[in-house]
Amino acid sequence: MSPLTYMTFLPVVGIVILLFIPRDRHNLIRWTSAFFTGLVLIIGAVTWVNFDPSKTGINQEGGFQFIDHVSWIPAFNIEYFVGADGLSMPMIGLTALLCFLCIFASWGITKAVKGYFIMFLLLEAGMIGTFVALDFFLFYVFWEIMLLPMYFLIGVWGGPRREYAAIKFFLYTFFGSLLMLLVIIAFYLNTRDPVTGAHTFNMLDMMNQGLQGDWLKGGTVRTLMFFGLFIGFAIKIPMVPFHTWLPDAHVEAPTAISVILAGVLLKMGTYGILRISYPMLPDTTMQFAWFIAFMGMVNIIYGAFCALAQKDLKKLVAYSSISHMGIVMLGMASFTPAGINGAVFQMFNHGCVTAMLFLLVGVIYDRAHHRFLVYPKDYPEVELRGKLGFGGLANQMPVYSGIFALAFFAAMGLPGLSAFISEALSFVGAFPTWQTFTIISVFGIIITAGYILWAIQRMFLGTLPDRWKTLSDINGRELFTLIPLAAIIIFLGVFPQPVLHMMDATLNYLNEVVMLGARAAGM
Amino acid sequence: MPTEILLAIIVLLLPLAAFAVQIFIGKRLPRGGDWVSLSAIFAGLGISTYLFVTRMLASGDPDLSYHWSARWIELGPFHIDAGINLDNMCIVMLMVVTIVSAFVHLYSVGYMKGDPRYSRFFAFLSLFSFSMMELVMADSLILIYVGWELVGLCSYLLIGFWYEKDSAADAGKKAFITNRIGDFGFFIGILIILTYTGTTTLSGVFEGVAAGKLSGSMLTIASLCLFAGAIGKSAQFPLHVWLPDAMEGPTPVSALIHAATMVAAGVYMTARIFPMLTPDAAVIIALFGGFTALLAATIAVAQNDIKRVLAYSTISQLGYMVMGIGVGAYTAGFFHLTTHAMFKACLFLCSGSVIHAMQHGLHHIGDHKTEPQDMRNMGGLRSKLPITFWTMLIATLALSGIPLTSGFLSKDAILGGVLQYAIENPAWFILPVFGFGAAILTAFYMFRLIFLTFFGKFRGPQEAEAHTPESPKTMTIPLIVLATLSIFIFYSPNPVSPESGWFAKLLPAPESVVHAAPQGAVVHDEIAEKHVDAPAEEAVLHHETTEASHREIVSEQGHGHEAAAHHGDDHTAHSIAMVISIIAALTGIFVAYQTYYKWKISAAAWQRRLGILYRGMFNKWWFDELYHATVIALMLLIARIFAWIDKYIIDAFLDNTAKVTAIYASVQGWFDDHVVDGLVNLSAWIIDQFGAIARRFQTGRYQNYVWITAAVVVLVLIFQIF
Repeated sequence: MSPLTYMTFLPVVGIVILLFIPRDRHNLIRWTSAFFTGLVLIIGAVTWVNFDPSKTGINQEGGFQFIDHVSWIPAFNIEYFVGADGLSMPMIGLTALLCFLCIFASWGITKAVKGYFIMFLLLEAGMIGTFVALDFFLFYVFWEIMLLPMYFLIGVWGGPRREYAAIKFFLYTFFGSLLMLLVIIAFYLNTRDPVTGAHTFNMLDMMNQGLQGDWLKGGTVRTLMFFGLFIGFAIKIPMVPFHTWLPDAHVEAPTAISVILAGVLLKMGTYGILRISYPMLPDTTMQFAWFIAFMGMVNIIYGAFCALAQKDLKKLVAYSSISHMGIVMLGMASFTPAGINGAVFQMFNHGCVTAMLFLLVGVIYDRAHHRFLVYPKDYPEVELRGKLGFGGLANQMPVYSGIFALAFFAAMGLPGLSAFISEALSFVGAFPTWQTFTIISVFGIIITAGYILWAIQRMFLGTLPDRWKTLSDINGRELFTLIPLAAIIIFLGVFPQPVLHMMDATLNYLNEVVMLGARAAGM
Repeated sequence: MPTEILLAIIVLLLPLAAFAVQIFIGKRLPRGGDWVSLSAIFAGLGISTYLFVTRMLASGDPDLSYHWSARWIELGPFHIDAGINLDNMCIVMLMVVTIVSAFVHLYSVGYMKGDPRYSRFFAFLSLFSFSMMELVMADSLILIYVGWELVGLCSYLLIGFWYEKDSAADAGKKAFITNRIGDFGFFIGILIILTYTGTTTLSGVFEGVAAGKLSGSMLTIASLCLFAGAIGKSAQFPLHVWLPDAMEGPTPVSALIHAATMVAAGVYMTARIFPMLTPDAAVIIALFGGFTALLAATIAVAQNDIKRVLAYSTISQLGYMVMGIGVGAYTAGFFHLTTHAMFKACLFLCSGSVIHAMQHGLHHIGDHKTEPQDMRNMGGLRSKLPITFWTMLIATLALSGIPLTSGFLSKDAILGGVLQYAIENPAWFILPVFGFGAAILTAFYMFRLIFLTFFGKFRGPQEAEAHTPESPKTMTIPLIVLATLSIFIFYSPNPVSPESGWFAKLLPAPESVVHAAPQGAVVHDEIAEKHVDAPAEEAVLHHETTEASHREIVSEQGHGHEAAAHHGDDHTAHSIAMVISIIAALTGIFVAYQTYYKWKISAAAWQRRLGILYRGMFNKWWFDELYHATVIALMLLIARIFAWIDKYIIDAFLDNTAKVTAIYASVQGWFDDHVVDGLVNLSAWIIDQFGAIARRFQTGRYQNYVWITAAVVVLVLIFQIF
């Protein structure tokens, strides 16, 4: 059996075991969850090491590794088909790592501990399943499995407006999922298994343009299919203007869930476009590549400016995510080796960087019980309105401030840190294809520097107000969640090749698939 | 890997290792671990000197070059190499960086004594030294960009080192963001170059340009984009506003980063890309440099803060270097970078020594109101701080361009180049006006500083005067070393001409690779090749453009650095320039002497007489105010508008959609309850009523059934019959 299957279902085994643990044994519940996510991480690491980067995946089964391919619901030709290639492997690794670290970031959860960890493990199963699934039906099942625990994790364990945020998140993404479902059905009904001639959910068959039925060949139909998928994925990225669920969800979600949300869930959007839209509808993708690039540019600039206007630190980080995901879109719409590799590398790096940022926001929130850069005008304590939320923390919490600065500089794309490589590659790749869009996007780095340095100044520099003189510096458990990410960010900033090499063969092949497909369609 | 490269890597990594040690365990080490950083940088200085003497000087080869590179990023067909390029320029820069850095480290031991973040200060100094040397050794634009950003980071961290002060935190942020504006251009330039030539290694780019892959206006745009980075980093107009504020940092930082090395990185980069500058790009660069030189000098004249005077002077001198490179006086520009690093670092460290003494005095009498950096509070410090005075005087002479100093040699070389360029291109007569104008002002404001600080009577609180001691040895030794290095003999045996010195011999201007430049046979050969290779049409086009630019060059007598043929003019121009510049310097000094030593000319009267001009100089020509009111306000406004759109349009649309859906749902719920369900109930009721009627017939009496049956039979019969 494939290690990917183990990785997907070990959390489910964990859930079953958790069910038998009495609800008040909090530590046992936590350690059991840690054990299972740890196991997933170990298997993930072994898989990572054994991964053969020369195999190209995408649309040939032979190019995938760690495959499990068995029939699941024969009546509809639905299969349990999983495998990994250079596109999914970094995402799987990222998911396994972040889930493990987030267990420790969830240590402070005291409300319905058992339920929380059960939901968390279910979420992990859904996420890994989504990244490994190669059967469209299976993909959809995992995609929906992610939604449910996320809804509860925000709606039950979240902040004051958790219900609003959870429902907004759920309805929004569910709306996207439904569009995707329509496309899945359309593809199912118009694709035939080359051997049996039956309808099939096999994604690789759907990518084979020769197996697609005549109905799918129509220009209008393909455009509709493309946008059906695209809106579904764009909501997840999230692309402006479908992004407003994100700041709300982040602000309300508990720390660990914010980490997962920004670190992994957002990547589902761009992953889906690359995994599904690109090879299945190469000609339409090419036709609307300008649109993806354009919206990427909009995301970069719009997200950065919105971040500049935020007074809540967590919202600022949320908007910075929107901005940085725009770089992914811009890079992947370029169809150059640097662009597409930069984009996927940016997905990985943004996962690490933004995870650090949310963890760090959580640290201060746990201590100060607020995270305002500037107190809002309607703050209950009148004398604090409009004043700085913190200031001078660098003296009170030096280690914390240092790590926060590192994460912030990484988000700013400072050389020597991983995000620089991926941002630079994305821009380098995008420039030959989309010159104007890229130039405007690069302008975003100035705004990014603006909001980040301003936040640093408001948080850490200046003099410390008396009421924060009791704050303690970061503790060992929190450091444990941050140091691995910091190490990865620095290492990949200097030696990016280990991760780049993992994906370059696959992604260059994906480029080719799209370009050949587009050419074959007469573009 | 050649030994030289290995040594270079050691020089590079030593400070990085020191940084790592300092940041993690510096506080726990004895003496705050300053010796870790110091040994790293002095070892670096030793190795650099070794390379300088045994490789560069000993070989006497202007084309000396050691190169090593490795594949850094490989993505199928796309790859980026990272490597070290150790040539004469790099070795000179290594010398500059390690000398200044090493002595600034030493100086900081005294200056930063007792600071609560003492070890962190040294950590940042080490990180800076590493980044700066990475920038210098880089063999490609992308690696230069890496070092470029890292020195920017260090600058940010060190400007805001005393971050409890809001002004320091603001200044750091301002420096970083202003630099980012330049970096935006730099990065776009890299993108253009990479797109056209397929590489960012400097040698590869030059080959690409020589092969015509990138030419004409696109080449001009690309090099000006790169130069935009230099505008930010080297604080040229219009991005110069950050450097004076950067003086909020500790004075050793001002000396190392904001005078000698980092701010020179822009000039260094411009010099590196010199071979690919088109004549158009070059003249624009020269104009930026010249204008900055004069603009900053006018501001420096009216400042009272000793460090701000020096800061504007730095901007002005950087302008000189940029102008020098722009007019093709490549060697002169780079030479001035080198000499300026020594005497300007010396000046800053001297000012630090003065401030140190002033602080000491004011602190002693418990005066926290008097500004220790304001020259109006100083005076007569010559006898109190003899070493500081003499070293500062030497450095000031160098900066003013007085013979026997290094500054005279380099400044004169630039002015000679500028004058020659103007003789060849009379349309740009404004350039020497900038240059000589700034030279007068430079001598004036520097001697104003000297007279105000060291001569006359102490103007601060009288009790403080007695407590202004000379600085400790750790601080005075660097002053002596750097002042010594401001003397001509280290650069040229001839005090009036750099020609015979090692610098001029070992660092000649590289040949241009731009097709348009008149390079005689070389270019023609290449064009001939093009004719053979390229399709006819393209070749013709190419030929035409080349010829067109040729004509332009001929008519303008082009790019000064190609003027080897005009060697005679060269000498004349330089002799004239020398005379004018000495007169200019002496004029400046004389006016300063009359005003601030003899007090015969009333500064106040002249301030009134100059009116708006003086106010402009005093208020730095209102650049900060202008930027605040326009660019910054605009950015914040856009941010607020976008956030508003987010909240009140996009999100409101969503929430309203949700509300409308909910209202629709409740309407439909009512409809369902009352209409749909009502209909269902109605039909049930109707059936029920039928049932009620029908029930009447079900009496259970046989006679009724018989009667009904009979009646029905009768009715049927009646219907059948009729």
